[in-house]
Amino acid sequence: MVTLTREEQAMLDGHEGKGKQKAMELLVRYADALGAERFVDTVNVAGVPGQSSVFLERYYRDARSQSSGRDAIFSLFDLDSDEVVAMPTVGTGSCHLQGGYDPDNWERLGATPEAARASRDSEGYAADHGVRILKTCTPYLAGNVPRLGEHCAWMESSAVVYCNSVLGARTNTEGRESTSAAMLTGKIPDFGLHRDEHRLGTHLIEVEVAVESIMDWGMLGYFVGAAMQDRIPVLTGRFGQPDLVRHKHFGAAAASSGGVEMYHLVGVTPEAPDERAAFGGRAPLERLHYGAAERQRTYADLNANARDANVDYVMLGCPHAALEQIAEACRLLDGRKISTSCRLWIFTSRAVKQEADRVGYTRIVRDAGGHLLTDTCSAIGRALPPGTKVAALDSAKQVHYLPAIMGIEAWFGSTADCIDAALTGRWRGDLQ
Amino acid sequence: MSGATIVLRGRRVVGGVAEGEALVTREAISGWGGVDPMLGEIIETRHELRGQTFKDKVLVFPGAKGSSGWSVAFHTARLAGSAPKALVFNDMTTKIALGAVVMRVPAVTDLDRDPLTIIETGDWVKVDGDTGTVEVRKARR
Repeated sequence: MVTLTREEQAMLDGHEGKGKQKAMELLVRYADALGAERFVDTVNVAGVPGQSSVFLERYYRDARSQSSGRDAIFSLFDLDSDEVVAMPTVGTGSCHLQGGYDPDNWERLGATPEAARASRDSEGYAADHGVRILKTCTPYLAGNVPRLGEHCAWMESSAVVYCNSVLGARTNTEGRESTSAAMLTGKIPDFGLHRDEHRLGTHLIEVEVAVESIMDWGMLGYFVGAAMQDRIPVLTGRFGQPDLVRHKHFGAAAASSGGVEMYHLVGVTPEAPDERAAFGGRAPLERLHYGAAERQRTYADLNANARDANVDYVMLGCPHAALEQIAEACRLLDGRKISTSCRLWIFTSRAVKQEADRVGYTRIVRDAGGHLLTDTCSAIGRALPPGTKVAALDSAKQVHYLPAIMGIEAWFGSTADCIDAALTGRWRGDLQ
Repeated sequence: MSGATIVLRGRRVVGGVAEGEALVTREAISGWGGVDPMLGEIIETRHELRGQTFKDKVLVFPGAKGSSGWSVAFHTARLAGSAPKALVFNDMTTKIALGAVVMRVPAVTDLDRDPLTIIETGDWVKVDGDTGTVEVRKARR
């Protein structure tokens, strides 16, 4: 059983109001399920509080009409409470990740007016209660950069793995319900990656091929995730000093094919100055190799579902594109128009979109016939251009999810392969 | 052979008692993007259970993987009436703990023998979350 501090007990007893009480009740059930003995304090919570979906809007229609509107979804779903309570202003630093629809492009994304209204209303609800509306899966590209050792409570597997591995902050993969409860209370179970001993590497992966491009990092991540599941890999080899975007694609892939929440790149990430530190002096449980054969097999796995070379949709921006990735797409478009048989959508955060607007990238993408969109992506928003049958993607994560969710074919390759497909309507990518 | 009951002992994750037919996989399950919560169906492209449903089954599996939307997917399955009746699993993570809590079904882990080698799809399984025990009645084969 989890042991509560006086402050936590007071919240559980309702002295801080009904909202915090219901949040604490959920957190206690959660901590007991985990076998956690205490909570840690957090001032950095990232989730999707009160986010609407058409299903939830309809499911809770009666409860919503009988009480104060959106508190019904927040209470009954987010806090898994049996009664509707008023949501108080959040009690700690809180931000909203991706979700809903780009407010300027909801029709293009295929949202019904009902869904767009619900998206707008739930965003307003979160903002009114003190949640910063970042609307992105890359909060670290939108101003939320926790410090080394900081306890966080984040959702979004690609952000979680970035937070732990690249920043050295501490979070498990939280869910919607636990982050919503943490936003009110500032508490999250002290479990897993919050604790020193659970951050050490378990497996050694010797990288024997050069890993350079964003595509290379996506493939390596996809291989590592499938091999590791939720263990902690320590990588050594010829990978130089990957930039933020390469970490983003590596971690997102590893968190999709498996459940990697933390990795160490020896000589690169903050908790792995050397191999010994990464393993905490212990021996690796297993040694794996990533060579030409593994790379080839991973490429084949990522393209396993694609048959038709006629591409009618190109999606970039999974996880949400950094400004330099949008710049790269603009450079590759090179003033040309995309094929009339193909659509090009690039997803990013509102923060990066604003930069792209200012420097002219948004216009360049639009002049080519594409669109720069925010808040969501094709997988999260189940949003495809009408009639899409075959997509081309530069993200191992998106190619993992999108065919399964939307029942389409999808090719995986480099950003250049994808822009070429957008321009020609044909897939000509190959493993270099 | 049938009639023999095997008892596994472990740790409570979520309390309560439920029984039903086992659906067993040796592969971890993705929530969001890996299942259709409305139907309770596994949809992950290369999953061995692809196309099968866990609705009203006792789901026996290594654990959760993938998106942080795991709890929302299974929470939604509960509301849609498509959730499993109980969970038996090996690897404790935040995804599966939160998912089990909001699914509100009996769940047990840390069993004294590996449930993936003892339980087969089609066996009748009773999960007692309060005592942390799992009773297995083997299907006639």
